[in-house]
Amino acid sequence: MDKEYVGFAALPNQLHRKSVKKGFDFTLMVAGESGLGKSTLINSLFLTNLYEDRQVPEARARLTQTLTIERRGVEIEEGGIKVKLTLVDTPGFGDSVDCSDCWLPVVRFIEEQFEQYLRDESGLNRKNIQDSRVHCCLYFISPFGRGLRPLDVAFLRAVHEKVNIIPVIGKADALMPKETQALKQKIREQLQEEEINIYQFPDCDSDEDEDFKRQDAEMKESIPFAVVGSCEVVRDGGTRPVRGRCYSWGTVEVENPHHCDFLNLRRMLVQTHLQDLKEVTHDLLYEGYRARCLQSLARPGARDRASRSKLSRQSATEIPLPMLPLADTEKLIREKDEELRRMQEMLEKMQAQMQQNQAQGEQSDAL
Amino acid sequence: MSKGLPETRTDAAMSELVPEPRPKPAVPMKPVSINPNLLGYIGIDTIIEQMRKKTMKTGFDFNIMVVGQSGLGKSTLVNTLFKSQVSRKASSWNREEKIPKTVEIKAIGHVIEEGGVKMKLTVIDTPGFGDQINNENCWEPIEKYINEQYEKFLKEEVNIARKKRIPDTRVHCCLYFISPTGHSLRPLDLEFMKHLSKVVNIIPVIAKADTMTLEEKSEFKQRVRKELEVNGIEFYPQKEFDEDLEDKTENDKIRESMPFAVVGSDKEYQVNGKRVLGRKTPWGIIEVENLNHCEFALLRDFVIRTHLQDLKEVTHNIHYETYRAKRLNDNGGLPPVSVDTEESHDSNP
Repeated sequence: MDKEYVGFAALPNQLHRKSVKKGFDFTLMVAGESGLGKSTLINSLFLTNLYEDRQVPEARARLTQTLTIERRGVEIEEGGIKVKLTLVDTPGFGDSVDCSDCWLPVVRFIEEQFEQYLRDESGLNRKNIQDSRVHCCLYFISPFGRGLRPLDVAFLRAVHEKVNIIPVIGKADALMPKETQALKQKIREQLQEEEINIYQFPDCDSDEDEDFKRQDAEMKESIPFAVVGSCEVVRDGGTRPVRGRCYSWGTVEVENPHHCDFLNLRRMLVQTHLQDLKEVTHDLLYEGYRARCLQSLARPGARDRASRSKLSRQSATEIPLPMLPLADTEKLIREKDEELRRMQEMLEKMQAQMQQNQAQGEQSDAL
Repeated sequence: MSKGLPETRTDAAMSELVPEPRPKPAVPMKPVSINPNLLGYIGIDTIIEQMRKKTMKTGFDFNIMVVGQSGLGKSTLVNTLFKSQVSRKASSWNREEKIPKTVEIKAIGHVIEEGGVKMKLTVIDTPGFGDQINNENCWEPIEKYINEQYEKFLKEEVNIARKKRIPDTRVHCCLYFISPTGHSLRPLDLEFMKHLSKVVNIIPVIAKADTMTLEEKSEFKQRVRKELEVNGIEFYPQKEFDEDLEDKTENDKIRESMPFAVVGSDKEYQVNGKRVLGRKTPWGIIEVENLNHCEFALLRDFVIRTHLQDLKEVTHNIHYETYRAKRLNDNGGLPPVSVDTEESHDSNP
């Protein structure tokens, strides 16, 4: 059938041009106990020296240190595209002798960003909303353990419904290939046992060629990524300059897929899934937070009674409510409820229509 | 250490003396006697040989404790040190090893023999240390165990009818495994060593050191030594127990290169036509006994070949004596004489 060319196939290009002009925001959180090579890996991933002026306090100072949240921003430009990258660091995590509840400040931080966005979204000036929500959390697991430690499990369970988690094994040059496989297997089993939802890399399109599909499957199989980071350029024994770590028994090459999964991580995180991470954060995680928040707001009487009794028991995990004036909130809720109802009705109508069409089509085929 | 024997040594400890192995003199030494008229060889230098024969017959005890977070290669290292499967290895990935909720103390004994000398080696493992979310006071079970062994020995010592050779279960050496973070000691490391360096010989080691380059290793070691010094933690060999200048020079050299950065392995690979213990990675083979790769050989020579006896002597003469003095002070006298209740029942039907 001859169709006249309308021209909306050019839409993706238009979007691309617009986003190039607008630039791209991304917030990446890095978490895990100290000494697992987090800073080095970030520097390697983004070819920056974000942690140049960093000072690691000595053990005695860390005895009474509480967890802090640090934010660092950097603008990276490549191929005409500007990325404003914000790195969220959690120094002090897992350091103390007693790490009970040390993940709470992190959870609170993530939710504060959601809260801020909710407020902005419901406000009057929506043109320039700054998206400071955490789009991805790279969680570093120690290569020296036998899988996830109790602290790892506690942290992951506290944040997995609030942020995209990509688990990573740091300093992977401590492991022989068999050990790496066994550790990855153990971690995957533990994640399943503890019902922790990590970020699921979406399946590639069914019309891709077999090679690409195989590559994609291999990359997914290598999660958690076993990484090694380095910003030093060394000679690999021959004459090639490579980024790596020089030992007396050989040189680990960061970008060698036989040595570690750095390339996989970089490809999947930076080159192909930045946008998807943002979308999942917005469509799934943020919406989940918003729904929970507004639902609890919708029953103010019940909420107050419940919250009062909760407070009297323990208030450590109380989620702060967005501070909107009550009248406005109720109006908002009613408006959104109306919208939801209308949308649902439309969906149902469309579904019924589709079913009708399908039935008709089958009839006409049979004839 | 064999020069300054205090008078209060028990017979039991006497019989366990193993002096440095010396080649037998080919020719009897010329007598250096006060009386110039006395010519001829007396033969008192054969006491060394007699002691050696006795030790070979009776053998000796050595108890080594390993402390550190799970997965730092403690069991593998001990097995590598003594070239046998003397430590229970929980590193088999297939086994369902759950991290214990509290620190457990597990002691396993083995008899190993070399050159006619028998050693009853006991490896004391401490699974669960540092693995919980809250590790407050997780060193207490360990301190308790060490003191219990001192108490056991003390009870035997004050018996009226003492055994010929009191079984020695006291911890002679505690290997503390530091995680190779590359930054500094962790707060838990400091707390443990602060509490325990006064009751037992602590030898800190940097575990799984194959993740650090030469530069990183030396910087890390320097920082660790400085932190230990600033916090007043004395690891073995303690400066205050150096007997003389010879000891001091030898021990100074050792102290300067501690903590040893070690790698352990129970697998052998072929390197340059030789079978060596090591770890095979895609970028090279790490040889455990190659001093260019790691300091395992230094640790082994230190603990086993040169300072084994000294570790026992410091435990007996210093740590045990401190415990004993404290017990006597606290009780205002000797602890009650323990008569074995089962024996008394037998003799009084």
